[in-house]
Amino acid sequence: MIYMDNAATTMHKPQAVIDAVAAAMGSMGNAGRGANEASLSASRVIYDTRDKLCRFFGAEDARRIVFTNNSTESLNIAIKGLLNSGDHVITTMLEHNSVLRPLYEMEKQGVKLTIIKSDGKGMFDLRDMEKAILPETKMIICTNGSNLTGNYIDIEKVGELAHNRGLLFVVDASQTAGVFPIDVQRMHVDVLCFTGHKGLLGPQGIGGMYVREGLAIRPLKSGGSGVQTYSKTHPAEMPTALEAGTLNGHGIAGLGAAIDYLNEVGIDTVREKEQRLMRKFYDGVKEIPGVKLYGDFDTFNRCAIVTLNIGDYDSSEVSDELLTEYGISTRPGGHCAPLMHEALGTVEQGAVRFSFSHYNTDEEVDTAISAIRELAQD
Amino acid sequence: MRKKELKLVITFHTTADAMAMEKACKEYHVPGRIIPVPRAISAGCGLAWCAELSEKEEIAAMMRKAGIREEEMHECMV
Repeated sequence: MIYMDNAATTMHKPQAVIDAVAAAMGSMGNAGRGANEASLSASRVIYDTRDKLCRFFGAEDARRIVFTNNSTESLNIAIKGLLNSGDHVITTMLEHNSVLRPLYEMEKQGVKLTIIKSDGKGMFDLRDMEKAILPETKMIICTNGSNLTGNYIDIEKVGELAHNRGLLFVVDASQTAGVFPIDVQRMHVDVLCFTGHKGLLGPQGIGGMYVREGLAIRPLKSGGSGVQTYSKTHPAEMPTALEAGTLNGHGIAGLGAAIDYLNEVGIDTVREKEQRLMRKFYDGVKEIPGVKLYGDFDTFNRCAIVTLNIGDYDSSEVSDELLTEYGISTRPGGHCAPLMHEALGTVEQGAVRFSFSHYNTDEEVDTAISAIRELAQD
Repeated sequence: MRKKELKLVITFHTTADAMAMEKACKEYHVPGRIIPVPRAISAGCGLAWCAELSEKEEIAAMMRKAGIREEEMHECMV
């Protein structure tokens, strides 16, 4: 199988990640739930990974890194734990349902929501965002990269705007963490939400968030913490405040190994390879009659995603044919990005998304280009 | 693109149901395969079970036996 659905999850993981998960499963106790060697071993691995993530994202302190299941959980914690009735929040049409649905829920609880419109290429204008700021605006929340088009959003510029206007800035880095450089302090990011299983090359079921020093988030969950057992309230100290219950220690061990791998190979090397393969694929299909491409390709500094349709064919059908006839895995449909599809006019047809990893090869891209050429000819 | 044929397409309420369907079909040796839900049925994404129309009764009986509930059974060109 030629796997080109890396924006959904990177299937090919470094061997070191697999080994780290297996080793953890054979040795880990419950972190912070005792001083026996197995428990301590888990605590150490978890703290070590916290520390690696802290450095990776330019955070000020490892205790500002919180482990969650995935970006969705991180985003829910940030949105539901920071916004209150009467607050105004600004987001964009590029967002995934993991941002939009929690925001719609908050809207029902009295939060005012503004969604910045996107143009036909799937980009938004920062000036529109600035114009949308109201006296009661509390937060700007946006993606660092569209999961549908691959368009890259310069969060440093958005962060500067938020910072200058005294707003909280929450970033969904699901598509960029592990591939694009992120420096939360320089970019004025107050909360960074990431998942471990995409660009970070870790296991599924482990994600996290960075929360800026001094920012308190109302937790979604309370429960076991391993400390302050006789207190009726969950500890307020970070990261425990947002980490009720046993952590996914095995996943965290894998994520730690993945960060080591990325540091060793270098995210610039990873990104350049992915972007080169994306460009090769884009160049190979752009002239094929009947192929329609979505997104902004004026720059190739974008996530390694090429989304297309062939004529009026149902995207599910094209994706199914790519799999059954050519063994190529892609993702059709709506990609959990309903507003982006609205902006592109693809709600009915959906679109076929090809997303690349640095593990993909030139030969695989050649095969995919030929497949599109053949399908478009029929 | 290959020529479309009239098929039985069964949609489900959850991905878990679609997976249960695939597992049950394998167990009961019922032919068919998982496909992405055709947009003609729904733009809401997800997985569906695609099989020959002639198998409809047999599949329905198998689903009852296995306790799998469909969202809808469609006859459509895929």
